[in-house]
Amino acid sequence: MAEMEKTAAPAQEAPAAPMKKAPKPVSPGTAALRKVVSDVYAAAWEAKKAGRPVGWSSSKFPCEIAEALDLAVVYPENQAAGIGAQHDGERMCQAAEDMGYDADICGYARISLAYSAGVETTNESRRMPQPDFVLCCNNICNCMTKWYENIARMHNIPLIMIDVPYNNEVTVSDSQVAYIRGQFDDAIKQLEVIAGKKMDPARFEHACECANRTAKAWLKVCDYLQYKPAPMSGFDLFNHMADVVTARGKVETAEAFELLASELEEHVKNGTTTTPFPEQYRIMFEGIPCWPNLKALFKPLKANGVNVTAVVYAPAFGFVYDDLDSMARAYCKAPNSVCIEQGVDWREGICRDNKVDGVLVHYNRSCKPWSGYMAEMQRRFTEDLGIPCAGFDGDQADPRNFNEAQYLTRVQGLVEAMEQNAKNKAAKEG
Amino acid sequence: MAIYTLGIDVGSTASKCVILKDGKEIVAKSLIDVGAGTSGPDRAINQVLENAGLKREDMAYILATGYGRNSLEGFADKQMSELSCHARGAYFLFPEVHTVIDIGGQDVKVMHIENGAMVNFQMNDKCAAGTGRFLDVMARVLEVKVGDLGRLGALSTKKVAISSTCTVFAESEVISQLAQATDKCDIINGIHHSVAARVVGLAHRVGVQEMVVMTGGVAQNAGVVQALQEQLGHEVHTSPLTQYVGALGAALFAYQKASR
Repeated sequence: MAEMEKTAAPAQEAPAAPMKKAPKPVSPGTAALRKVVSDVYAAAWEAKKAGRPVGWSSSKFPCEIAEALDLAVVYPENQAAGIGAQHDGERMCQAAEDMGYDADICGYARISLAYSAGVETTNESRRMPQPDFVLCCNNICNCMTKWYENIARMHNIPLIMIDVPYNNEVTVSDSQVAYIRGQFDDAIKQLEVIAGKKMDPARFEHACECANRTAKAWLKVCDYLQYKPAPMSGFDLFNHMADVVTARGKVETAEAFELLASELEEHVKNGTTTTPFPEQYRIMFEGIPCWPNLKALFKPLKANGVNVTAVVYAPAFGFVYDDLDSMARAYCKAPNSVCIEQGVDWREGICRDNKVDGVLVHYNRSCKPWSGYMAEMQRRFTEDLGIPCAGFDGDQADPRNFNEAQYLTRVQGLVEAMEQNAKNKAAKEG
Repeated sequence: MAIYTLGIDVGSTASKCVILKDGKEIVAKSLIDVGAGTSGPDRAINQVLENAGLKREDMAYILATGYGRNSLEGFADKQMSELSCHARGAYFLFPEVHTVIDIGGQDVKVMHIENGAMVNFQMNDKCAAGTGRFLDVMARVLEVKVGDLGRLGALSTKKVAISSTCTVFAESEVISQLAQATDKCDIINGIHHSVAARVVGLAHRVGVQEMVVMTGGVAQNAGVVQALQEQLGHEVHTSPLTQYVGALGAALFAYQKASR
């Protein structure tokens, strides 16, 4: 389920028209990350033109397998987020609804199903070739299973499915690992048929090394939000997630994140930040952003000096493992496949480490599993951490589910509660 | 010399003003039954100044709250959320308060209060069920005045469940009950319990602590208050000034600002 609305400019792009607003300059690390994502899309088009198969994959399918087999893969979640951010989500969602898909289905799924059925998007940077096979791992989302089955049926193409059951316990049992490992082995066999070649163990090992290197660099980047002031905003992490979703197994991604980490290190040393306002309050933003309403989300936060310094969604993509069994274990630990105890533990840990003053919860109409347990989580955050929480309704891709006025009141209320908490704390400390 | 402050609560369905003297004494109040985006705020302001015999220039500080608070940018010195203002107003009227429930025209809020200030809160989702608007819709279907709902609900003799959480579906449910010749008073009582059930769910998320105070226009409906008491298991206190609590809180914050 991840995303980025920006990519590097195409190499042969014509000079910008005089009236166009010049793009904001970005750091070398950010530019490198944007290029990685652009290259993923370009590689898929190149493969299609050359007659090689192109896959569509869910964000937490083990990318290492396709990478080792040189298969071009693109990611509908990233595409849908980009389409949403570029304000084409509503039209695409409506197109899917016209096809008979219910408006209550995930916005990403609706956009993707519409695109799969041939509805073109106005976001040129997110156009991708139609699939020859689909890779689905339901550790991040249950709707995904039917979403991918529908795409497979529309195009009459193979669906390679990895089922990761919801885990009621904090630990992952050996039998769960065996169940998933078996599916990994089967996926390798199926993808070997699609690729027309056997998996080279050395290449697979290399892809895993790159994925681990990327994950470690990504987690390091996420950890910089612990500093006060944070050298960046959590919203930047959301944007950078595009890379960890679409290109975990590529060495260029690892290098780009390592470069970004070094830039952040410099910011910390110099006491500088890329956040465009002084940080007065620090919050955890829970859930996926409303991509079509990013400006509306950001505006009152900026106006009140509220920096997002914790996002559980981002580090959840940092899979670190040693072998195929521990890889299976790692892929069990996705936000929507773990129990509430594990979910609370992750979030409260990041709230403490990243020193937040409050929590802003996005009740994402697209994501029922994620939003469903948020009411109880909010209650626990306040009880365990003594911080206020505010929730608002929205959607990751469908702007019809977000109301700016309601959001403003909730943010203002949260700010006033954080202000009061700070006063109470100061009074207690004398 | 006295310090006068003005609190304005521009809600979705009504505009309310309170003028305070020295942060203690309510010298005037006004209420116009239309809210944000209408002539209501201007009329309420003119009326409260007239009632107090004061002018805009006499106000040391003006603070706006409510859904339409930002429409008074330029007139008011500051805007604050209705959450904090209801909390402060309720604390002024009931110094022992720890939980404030406000049912407004289009939202429901439950606030946790410590030493007179809001430290946490919960609000309804986008759905209008459980809000004042929900009651307006039901009153229209039942062909009764919204102000009579409390009195009529008290005459109920039989329990009728209105179980739909959606306003539109609940409206259909009420129509269906009417078609079956169910007594209007029983339906109204069922509606009050339906509203209470929605609010209680939110209240439990914040954590209910005595004393519980209900603010906002819906607190004038004794049926909703009674249903809330039954479902919460706590006494629910209300004030004759219930509709003015947000504006009162705004005037109190204004005094705090003015006296700095």
